[in-house]
Amino acid sequence: MGLATNAGHFVEANFIGYRRTWRGRVISTFVNPVLFLAGLGIALGSMVDAGSGEAQLPIPYITFAATGLLAATAMQTGYGEGAWPIMAGIKWRKSFDAVLATPLGVGDLVSGYLVWGAIHLAFTLGVYAAIAVLFGAIEPLPALVALVPAVLCGVAFQAASVAFTSRLENETGLTSMMRFGIMPMFLFSGTFFPVSQLPDWMEPVAALTPLFHGVELVRKLALPEAGPPVVSTMPLWIHGAYLIAITLIAWLLAIRWLSKRLKS
Amino acid sequence: MSNASLVSAKGLTKRFGDFVAVDGIDFEIHPGEAFGFLGPNGAGKTSTMKMITTVSPISDGDLTVFGLDPAAEGPSIRSRLGVVPQENNLDEELTVAENLYVYGRYHDIPKPTIRGRIDELLNFAQLEEKRNATVESLSGGMKRRLIIARALINEPDLVILDEPTTGLDPQARHVLWDRLYRLKQQGATLIITTHYMDEAEQLCDRLVVMDKGVIADEGSPAELIERHSTRDVVELRFASGTEEAGLDRLDGVVERMEPLADRVLLYTNDAAALVDLINDREIEHVQRLSRRSTLEDVFLHLTGRRLVD
Repeated sequence: MGLATNAGHFVEANFIGYRRTWRGRVISTFVNPVLFLAGLGIALGSMVDAGSGEAQLPIPYITFAATGLLAATAMQTGYGEGAWPIMAGIKWRKSFDAVLATPLGVGDLVSGYLVWGAIHLAFTLGVYAAIAVLFGAIEPLPALVALVPAVLCGVAFQAASVAFTSRLENETGLTSMMRFGIMPMFLFSGTFFPVSQLPDWMEPVAALTPLFHGVELVRKLALPEAGPPVVSTMPLWIHGAYLIAITLIAWLLAIRWLSKRLKS
Repeated sequence: MSNASLVSAKGLTKRFGDFVAVDGIDFEIHPGEAFGFLGPNGAGKTSTMKMITTVSPISDGDLTVFGLDPAAEGPSIRSRLGVVPQENNLDEELTVAENLYVYGRYHDIPKPTIRGRIDELLNFAQLEEKRNATVESLSGGMKRRLIIARALINEPDLVILDEPTTGLDPQARHVLWDRLYRLKQQGATLIITTHYMDEAEQLCDRLVVMDKGVIADEGSPAELIERHSTRDVVELRFASGTEEAGLDRLDGVVERMEPLADRVLLYTNDAAALVDLINDREIEHVQRLSRRSTLEDVFLHLTGRRLVD
């Protein structure tokens, strides 16, 4: 049995689990995008678009926000999926012990979980993108193109989240990370306004966050004609390389730290 | 290592930092036997099981499972094991049948084969009517039976049961024992850890008594009782305040007695004669019980402590 077969079995198990539980998650998958796009895109957007000044965007605000929100949703979904379910598997339900009593190893478990994460993200973000299209925030083809970088952004966050969670004793660390890591990124990494609007000293800090690179990658691929201030002048490949690097490093660390945690 | 052993341990040791959980134990487990590890919580039983199931690396000594090295051949060993953990770790959101199916897939068993085995195992675990119920809705006893069924999905050569009936009510325990006994009749090799002496007596052909990381003795339940106890035990309870006086009056009545917090155990090969003697001497007591010796008495003799506090 190869690694791919083993990890594949864990993907299948997650799929069966999702089939049983998707109803409970339907709110966040379908309702959040509607609320955000209506509230921020349309309501706030009408004010932004009517205003004038040096920050005025050459594209409708709802398009700017929808592309940013796609990456931000990827971040939140990826972080959440790598956090609480992993803590449950390690500690609350100990379901990972059950997996590791079979021929599957920690490598299969982590790899299978991240592959499943990519599938789940593609579905959740696909719904988001479809709703954004219905809102007229983005054209269908650019929406489809934007899915690829958005999924990459989500997988990077999910991998990092699994690695982070496998070192935690309890869930307090998970809520702290949500409050002091995920939320600030959500607000200041380019989702709702270009980072060039930030005070000068904050701009380079924002440019170091993974969400900034996810947002930039989504906008640069979905809106190829856009220039500053919609997107930065940073080359495209940097964003991709940054997210791929995080994914790979976090993947390896997750396997290492989870092995230490579960096989002592 | 003898070729006939499924599991062979020599000087097997497990340390967590300075703490020695398993302190150089030796044992051999042969095909077709039900082998027990009897001891109180914290004796090192679960640590030993985790080393056998290749989840926990050994700290020292030698261990082979199916003649293989757990450190190098974990997946091959696990593919031939059935593991029933101490804590329930079923997937609560999935149905009974889905739990079995998913586990079969982890073992890389083809789908049609799994479907056939699910039918057999649901029958074995008396869970046919619960096939499509979610695990959340099952009783404690049903969950344990499902975990045992799950452990059998790969037709294992060795089934490891860590405290299989802890936390169950007496009726659910008996149903479970009946299933395990049936498994044994079918020729399965079982390793059972327990701190219940009745469980060990009912199910184990051979067992080791374990305490504080070491093995105190090994044998069949009958052998151990013969070696470390008398045939009968008379338990006496005194009225409160009269314990000391009662114990004084028992002096010399039997060769061995064990005063416990609430009663005194008198070891004898003839309970009837001893009861007569107690009555003749007019030793006042509020309660008296005559019984056969059990593994609990063996444990008490070997360690000076009781199995369950």
